[in-house]
Amino acid sequence: MDTSSVAPLLALLVPVLGAAGIVALRDRPPARELCGVAAGLVQLGIIATMVPTVLDGGTISFTISAFLPEAAIGLRVDALGVVLAGTSSLLWILTTVYSMGYLGTGPDRGLARFHVYFGLTIAATMGVAFSVNLLTLYLFYEALTIITYPLVTHTRTPEAAQGGKRYLAYQLGTGVAFLLPAIVLTYTQSGTFDFVPGGVFDADAGGPLLVLVYVLFLAGIAKAALLPVHAWLPAAMVAPVPVSALLHAVAVVNVGVFTVFRVVLDVFGTDLAGELHLGAVTLAVTSVTILMTSLYALWLDNLKAILAYSTIGQLSYMILGVALLSDAGRTGGVLHLVGHAFAKITLFFAVGSVYLASGRTAVSELRGIGRQMPWTMGAFVIGGLSIVGLPPTVGFIAKYFLFLGAADAGQWLVLAVLAVSTVLSAGYYLRVMRVALLEPPAPVLASGLSEDPSLTREPSITESRALVVAPLVVTAAVTLLLGVAPGPLLELVRAAARVV
Amino acid sequence: MNEIAAADQIGFPILSTLVVLPLVVLVGLAFLRDQRTVRPVALAGALIELALSLALVARFRTGGADFQFAEQLPWIDAIGLSYHLAVDGVSVLFLPLTALLVVLVMLTSWSTVRHQPKAYLMTILGFEAVAIGVFAAVDLILFFVFWELLLIPTFILVKVWGTGADRTRAALKYVLTMLLGSAGLLVGFILLGVNHRDAPGSGGELSFDLLALMDVSVPTGTQTTVFFLLAFAFALKAPMFPLHAWMPAALLDGPIGMAVFLAGLKMGVYGFLRFVLPLVPDAFATWSWLIAVLGVVAILFGALVALVEPNLRRLVAFASVSHVGMAMLGLASLNVQGVQGALFLIVSLGLTSSGMLLAAGFIHHRVGSTDIASLGGLAQRAPALAVFSLVACLSAIALPGTTGFPGEFLVLLGAFRAYSWLAVIAVLTVILTASYVLVFYERAFHGPVTSPTVDAVNDLRPREAVAALVTGLAIIAFGFFPGPVLATSKESVDVLVERLDPPAGERTTGD
Repeated sequence: MDTSSVAPLLALLVPVLGAAGIVALRDRPPARELCGVAAGLVQLGIIATMVPTVLDGGTISFTISAFLPEAAIGLRVDALGVVLAGTSSLLWILTTVYSMGYLGTGPDRGLARFHVYFGLTIAATMGVAFSVNLLTLYLFYEALTIITYPLVTHTRTPEAAQGGKRYLAYQLGTGVAFLLPAIVLTYTQSGTFDFVPGGVFDADAGGPLLVLVYVLFLAGIAKAALLPVHAWLPAAMVAPVPVSALLHAVAVVNVGVFTVFRVVLDVFGTDLAGELHLGAVTLAVTSVTILMTSLYALWLDNLKAILAYSTIGQLSYMILGVALLSDAGRTGGVLHLVGHAFAKITLFFAVGSVYLASGRTAVSELRGIGRQMPWTMGAFVIGGLSIVGLPPTVGFIAKYFLFLGAADAGQWLVLAVLAVSTVLSAGYYLRVMRVALLEPPAPVLASGLSEDPSLTREPSITESRALVVAPLVVTAAVTLLLGVAPGPLLELVRAAARVV
Repeated sequence: MNEIAAADQIGFPILSTLVVLPLVVLVGLAFLRDQRTVRPVALAGALIELALSLALVARFRTGGADFQFAEQLPWIDAIGLSYHLAVDGVSVLFLPLTALLVVLVMLTSWSTVRHQPKAYLMTILGFEAVAIGVFAAVDLILFFVFWELLLIPTFILVKVWGTGADRTRAALKYVLTMLLGSAGLLVGFILLGVNHRDAPGSGGELSFDLLALMDVSVPTGTQTTVFFLLAFAFALKAPMFPLHAWMPAALLDGPIGMAVFLAGLKMGVYGFLRFVLPLVPDAFATWSWLIAVLGVVAILFGALVALVEPNLRRLVAFASVSHVGMAMLGLASLNVQGVQGALFLIVSLGLTSSGMLLAAGFIHHRVGSTDIASLGGLAQRAPALAVFSLVACLSAIALPGTTGFPGEFLVLLGAFRAYSWLAVIAVLTVILTASYVLVFYERAFHGPVTSPTVDAVNDLRPREAVAALVTGLAIIAFGFFPGPVLATSKESVDVLVERLDPPAGERTTGD
């Protein structure tokens, strides 16, 4: 049942208004940050009102513009959209609080600019989440690229410019070269841009061409960071931690995976995808991505780089889940979208907290830091456990469904890939935990050049300030809570995953 | 093909008024002694013209392919010549576009043109009157008269107010190139008139009336001859690869104001839509493959040259070649989406190209050059200019949400149906477009400030800001709401495509 309401538009406009408010308050910290938080809370409330409808399988629509005779620009909210929108909205609030602690609340105009673009990013994410058709989705998808560019280059260093250039080149290049033709070909083959549960193509549509269209989609949706269009994500690591959070958890990669979900579920449909063996194509790509990144991450020492490669692998888990074309697989994929967001943002927040307190960025420098920063590293452990997929975290529930899905589908090879990669990811996360928690703090350098002990000792490291610690404790708690009591979320995820 | 008289629709000959009004202001200016009042008076005239042209669009009746606001006076009966003005969905939007560009040019050249400002404004107004005539004429010979008259103000503007050292050469190059096409154009038109006389049921009379000519059939041989004669003239004007050499010169050495008109008003493509498609449809359909191939080559060539072009104004010229190629590919698709997309594209390019050239003008006025070597870091000193330039650049790369997107998207939809492989090449070229535009933007506006001239630049002044704001908002508005524009042209495009009548199943792969 489809109802028409202005609610989806409001969910999209509230962050825009929030951004406008931040512009107005640009010289008055912390009022400008609180304006963002307030907008996030209002938005979360609006999204919450739509949950009952989508749980019943209903949708909520709003047409923005007639645009072309072939397709309107419009919004339609369903359970899958709410999953993405709700995650982004909640994490936007937490990231804003975190960045007040991490970047500070100085009178710097650059900070105001950061919060403005962040708000606009959230608006674009809502647009993607609630797109009624491919055209609308493409519009907001590309808008997201442009809006996040100033965030990636926020520090304005030459490295940031380099990373930003690569980010933009990958995103715009693949969007225009692959995603746009995929959308056009979808239209010429099906006569519509709409998302239709179960797919838009005729049963007798040309097979090989549709496989090509599907491959174009996978290559075009670079935000999902499948090999070989993944390199933008490590390159964007130069950005400050709140921006990494935005890329890895709040908006960008989620939008990528979400778009793949939409394409599989509502453009091709699981039936046609099965007939065309699209699942097998996807499983191959995602399996390679998972194994390559897991292996690569083992060799890395830089924390942010490890997390970046970990994200690439985890995104493939989600897509793999949906590509298994089984109920359990889809449930696992969608659930992992949410679970990974909370776990990964916890990890980034923790890495930022460590950097803020000690200036350290490499695993090998972390010796004994767990004792000095118990809250931060405690949260890091929870996030890490969830990514590896161990109980009692939400990551475990998602992994469980993914394993179940692979077994259901009889994909023994995939099951093996999942198992191997779990061991590998346990390898690089447990290494961090071992260094940080079990090893003694770094020995004091005996310089022997000075008798003054204060010169030979490093300044002691203490826990970060409350504005930094509080958000990461909350996200860690949510990671645990969803692992212990996943019931309500699972209900929404099942609706999103079309499990009847 | 029917027409609705202006008297029945709005009560006065609005099209003639639009042609005459700039001339009245022009004459009025000539008598103005006080130099300080020259600019406000000219601008007031241009604004009234714009308001009037918007009233024209507001009164335009959608939902039919009729020619509207028609007025007709016999001129030279003996050869069937008449003063016949009318607009339909294909042409109506070019009138407000022309009027808007004139206002923008006046606003932005307010203080930059110091040499003979009165004469400059008079020439601009003369250009406006003739350009409106070009878009409103539905008698072929009348069109031809306006078409040729246009060369005079263009030549004067480039020669006298050009900013480059080579402006005289550029002006001559332009005029000579255009004259090269004109002779053929006239012959083509006369062949069509003669064919009308010889056609059964026409009463044996010569006629150069577009509406009358559309009612008689043209034999295949004549169609082919006329097609090549007309196509050559219009391709020169467009400019279509490989006939584009005049454009980079004119845009670099001419004044920014003229560049805005030359790149913003795609008269060559309009000529195809207005005369070639309806009058020689079979020949156009037969040779559409050639147009499509040349179109794609143009897209590719323009983008590749632009990629290594260090000067913004020449870059816009090559971007223009590329964009025209895209529009031609749309026309050659012979389907509604392609033709509709081409029309939307050339109207919206009026905004996009003008936006980029206005930005070039702002830069030139401040730095004295639009060469990349003398720029860098502009965004730090002139943030408003940077934002405006970015909006224009994003529209040039057809980013969704800008007016550049709907037209290009429709062209690609149409082209994919007609020539899938050419369309694939066209799509891939879009990356090149994104590269050259964004690389230039990046180098000009970001990075460290290296030149002392850039270090001293001011941001947009109020009048410039108004022009930038209007252009920027229009670019975004039509990006999100292209509906009204498409609705205006829909019926006329449907009729055009019906006349093209591609053999069933031959050129369609979808549906």
